[in-house]
Amino acid sequence: MTFGQRKPGLKFLIAIGLVSGASLGYEILLMRIFSIIQWHHFAYLMISLALLGFGVSGTIITLLGDRLSRHFYRAFQLNLVLFSISSLGCFLIAQQVQFNPLEILWDKGQWINLAGIFLLLMLPFFFAANGICLAFMQYKRHINSVYAANLFGSGMGALAVILLLHWLFPLTLLGLISGLGFLAVALLQKPSILTLKGMIGLILAVLVPIFVIQSDLQLKPLEYKQLSQTMKQMGARVIAERSGPLALITVVESPKIPFRYAPGLSLMSPALPPDQLGLFFDGEGMTAITRYDGKQDSIAYLHEMPSALPYVLLDQPDVLILGAGGGASILQALWHGARQIDAVELNDDLVALMTADFADYSGRIYTHEKVSVHVEEARGFIETTQNQFDLIQMELMDSFNVSSAGLSALSETWLYTVESFQTLLQRLKPEGILAIGRWIRLPPRDGPRMLATVIEAMHRSGIDDPARRLVWIRSWNLGVLLIRNGAFSAADIASIKAFCIQRAFDLAWYPGISEKEVNRYNHLADPVFYQAAVALLGEERDRYIETNKFNITPVTDDKPWFFRFFRWRILPDVMNNIQTGGYSLLDLGYLVLVATLVLASVFSFLLILLPLVFKYRKWMQRCHESPLRVALYFSCLGFAFMFIEIAFMQRFSLYLSHPVLSAATMLTSFLVFAGIGSQWVGRGHHPYAKKRIMISVFVIVAIATLYLLVLPVIFRTSMTFPDTLRVLISILLIAPLAVFMGMPFPAGIARLENESGEKACRMVPWAWGVNGCASVIGAVLATLLATHFGISAVILIAMAFYLVALVLIPTQAGFTGGGENDRGRTV
Amino acid sequence: MVVRIKIIWFFICISIPSLGIEQVLAEDFVRLREEMVQEIGHDLRETVAQTHVSDLSEQVKKALLAVPRHEFVPERLKDKAYENRPLPIGYGQTISQPFIVALMTELLKLKPNDKVLEIGTGSGYQAAVLAEIVDQVYTIEIIPELGEHAAERFERLGYANIKTRIGDGYYGWEEAAPFDAIIVTAAASHIPPPLVQQLKPGGRMIIPVGSQFMTQFLVLVEKDQRGEIVAEQIVPVKFVPLTRATEK
Repeated sequence: MTFGQRKPGLKFLIAIGLVSGASLGYEILLMRIFSIIQWHHFAYLMISLALLGFGVSGTIITLLGDRLSRHFYRAFQLNLVLFSISSLGCFLIAQQVQFNPLEILWDKGQWINLAGIFLLLMLPFFFAANGICLAFMQYKRHINSVYAANLFGSGMGALAVILLLHWLFPLTLLGLISGLGFLAVALLQKPSILTLKGMIGLILAVLVPIFVIQSDLQLKPLEYKQLSQTMKQMGARVIAERSGPLALITVVESPKIPFRYAPGLSLMSPALPPDQLGLFFDGEGMTAITRYDGKQDSIAYLHEMPSALPYVLLDQPDVLILGAGGGASILQALWHGARQIDAVELNDDLVALMTADFADYSGRIYTHEKVSVHVEEARGFIETTQNQFDLIQMELMDSFNVSSAGLSALSETWLYTVESFQTLLQRLKPEGILAIGRWIRLPPRDGPRMLATVIEAMHRSGIDDPARRLVWIRSWNLGVLLIRNGAFSAADIASIKAFCIQRAFDLAWYPGISEKEVNRYNHLADPVFYQAAVALLGEERDRYIETNKFNITPVTDDKPWFFRFFRWRILPDVMNNIQTGGYSLLDLGYLVLVATLVLASVFSFLLILLPLVFKYRKWMQRCHESPLRVALYFSCLGFAFMFIEIAFMQRFSLYLSHPVLSAATMLTSFLVFAGIGSQWVGRGHHPYAKKRIMISVFVIVAIATLYLLVLPVIFRTSMTFPDTLRVLISILLIAPLAVFMGMPFPAGIARLENESGEKACRMVPWAWGVNGCASVIGAVLATLLATHFGISAVILIAMAFYLVALVLIPTQAGFTGGGENDRGRTV
Repeated sequence: MVVRIKIIWFFICISIPSLGIEQVLAEDFVRLREEMVQEIGHDLRETVAQTHVSDLSEQVKKALLAVPRHEFVPERLKDKAYENRPLPIGYGQTISQPFIVALMTELLKLKPNDKVLEIGTGSGYQAAVLAEIVDQVYTIEIIPELGEHAAERFERLGYANIKTRIGDGYYGWEEAAPFDAIIVTAAASHIPPPLVQQLKPGGRMIIPVGSQFMTQFLVLVEKDQRGEIVAEQIVPVKFVPLTRATEK
């Protein structure tokens, strides 16, 4: 029997759907799990892994295809079983690999550990892809139905994981996913599932998740994460845990070593924090739930923190708190006699904890008569609310450890952008104040960048005297920037000075400040914060930003990476000062991305391309087409596809509020609609193939250009719609783009097949491999480029790749039908 | 008999080289320690503009040469003990980079009869260095296992002038207060005000700030004779934040 002769049955199609869904669900689940055990930026690593797994599979199936065709069912089932085993097994082994990203600069062995994790976690994707690729080849003539099962299963897998994360812990979900391979094998047994093999498969499918739930298996967060460290303290214990698609929330009680979370508390403070519970998000970002018994004295410490400054200037303000968290800012507002408090919190699990489990402990502040809690994304809330406030407080959004190590370098922060500040300024009442707290990093970067971004927003909003509307103070570890809707008065300045003197906080800027007044209590070798303010508020602004060795350019919605301070020009300083703190100049999150790019490039070359090169001569002997031209065409498509996918994933994360939701929606949409496009072009007649490639490229360029212009407007007008509606709108927006993006690859493949004939010239594997390499590298490179040049630039580069591909279309006309090798739809 | 002689001969043969190796290793550690101290001296001279510490003082140099750092790291990392880098010691903690240990010790400007409090014992290396210089060292650790291991180590190495405690360091060590110097190796969201109160007038408190493997800056809190507080933030890295015109 050879490939392509038979028609697949319903049970087989269900099996394909199951393994497709399981592999995509596994990818999304790994993103979530790695946010818990490591950090958020590993999401990009997971995308690369999945792509690499599929790419390597393509190469292997291409090389072994004929041999495998003789044992199709056995090979197919074996790969499904191996997926089941490896999806759980490889993860558990990978958890044992002692990879510590914090040590990556000191210990070269960490690179080997990272590579080990990379290879281990690639295996489940590889096995799943083997099954899918084998099915495509086996049922070549009925590929439409196999393909539909693949797409439907993948889409359902992504959505199911996102939904199930609301109710199930990630490890339980991992067990369920691992069982799906066995279930698929059980379904395939003849005459029915009730055979011995079928029953074994079924039992294993049920036993694996039960084993995971019942056993002691646990996620092992890195021991350097805050939660891991806290749990090593005497008497510390977890008293509540909530898992959702946004975060794993852990509440910890530590009676023997009490939590005393009070960022920037004055050294002179006569008051100390009362009892607190530690609140962790994905094992990091510690804040606290403070015990509140209704007595003002018990929380007097809140008046001794830099964040209390605006209350010195405002009487009974209406307050908006962005990022209510454990409620410290709400308490602070209540302590200072706020009239009305609107608190925005994205995480509904946290709101549930604060209004139920810990309502009494926290003094029922979330349901206090003065407090209205909004479960929304902060940027979405400020874009749509019509209310104005006397005070808008932006909470610290990351922990000090994460900030100081630069681990947030790849986190998009839509609240810290010029556009966001423009909106925030509109939400201030006359004389209202926007207060922003940021951890201090030295040499300074967060503070100057925040100031530069705010000043840019003020200029764009038509404010020509920002210097009169800004006040900037700092403690040793926390800076607070106040932006007033109006000028600060002499009385305000006097109050600010008194506040700072009493608490030993330093003034970095106020209207009329002199250099003698700065750098007094928290003395730095140079008054760098004051100098930054003077430069950024004066004529030297552009030059100061340009010549700064850190990236402190104003952050925009197009480049929302506030925490990516790294500029390559800093590298000599790092290398010259390795032993004396040079590494603290780097952003670790960015470095991990670079490491991922290196690994992705090396492994995709070694595992996808190199095996094909060995057969290169044999395959190319009778080819008329230039291999270089083919390589360029298909690598252009690989880069272009991934650049657009990643760029839109990032752009939609503002709209969909979170990278995980955005990734799931985008992956599913691109997958399904690119597949539909691929099928659509596949049914066409060959004379039209080149024309269709050209049309599709022009349509892609047109739609992408249109989106660059209109997406901000669409997002703004529909930002407050419910999640499901925004997901639907996102899918509808991606659909036309993805449909056309699915066309150039299979059309090009078909032209190659037709040009040479399968036996005469095997250019197809070459095209497949090159495209695979480009896709793997492109996924990481897109993010790297976006952090430097902006999301729009990545979309523009993608368009350029498509246009270049247009002139490289394989020259021989011809078309033989559906593109089963379309990588865009298998990932 | 012949067999017995052969066995004895065999053991002599294998034990001589192993004795030799031990000796070589011990000598190696002494040499490595000297090299480490030289490197630290060089680094301090390089960063004098930032730290105002021009070189290793005799007392700190002696202390660094005396403390067997390899005794404070896990067995598997002994060969790396004298590298100028932080090392993991388990429990999510690290033994600080020797350069940072030396710098912090220098910045405290210790005198032999000083009393020093350390919050965060960790491996105990910093406390041992302090104990080589001053009469009394008090150290508190919140992770029981680390505290216990450090106490055993101090006993084994003969550091009788180090008093250990496992527990909360936020309120310092009230019975032994006030202190001439305090080191807080585990920085929290704020510097505990009670610790400032336990500092003698004229005393100094040092706090390294950053993640476990990266000291970003040091905070040196000084309490003057009137009890007033000034904090100095010291960035050890030699760095000019702006690009000079010639570099552009």
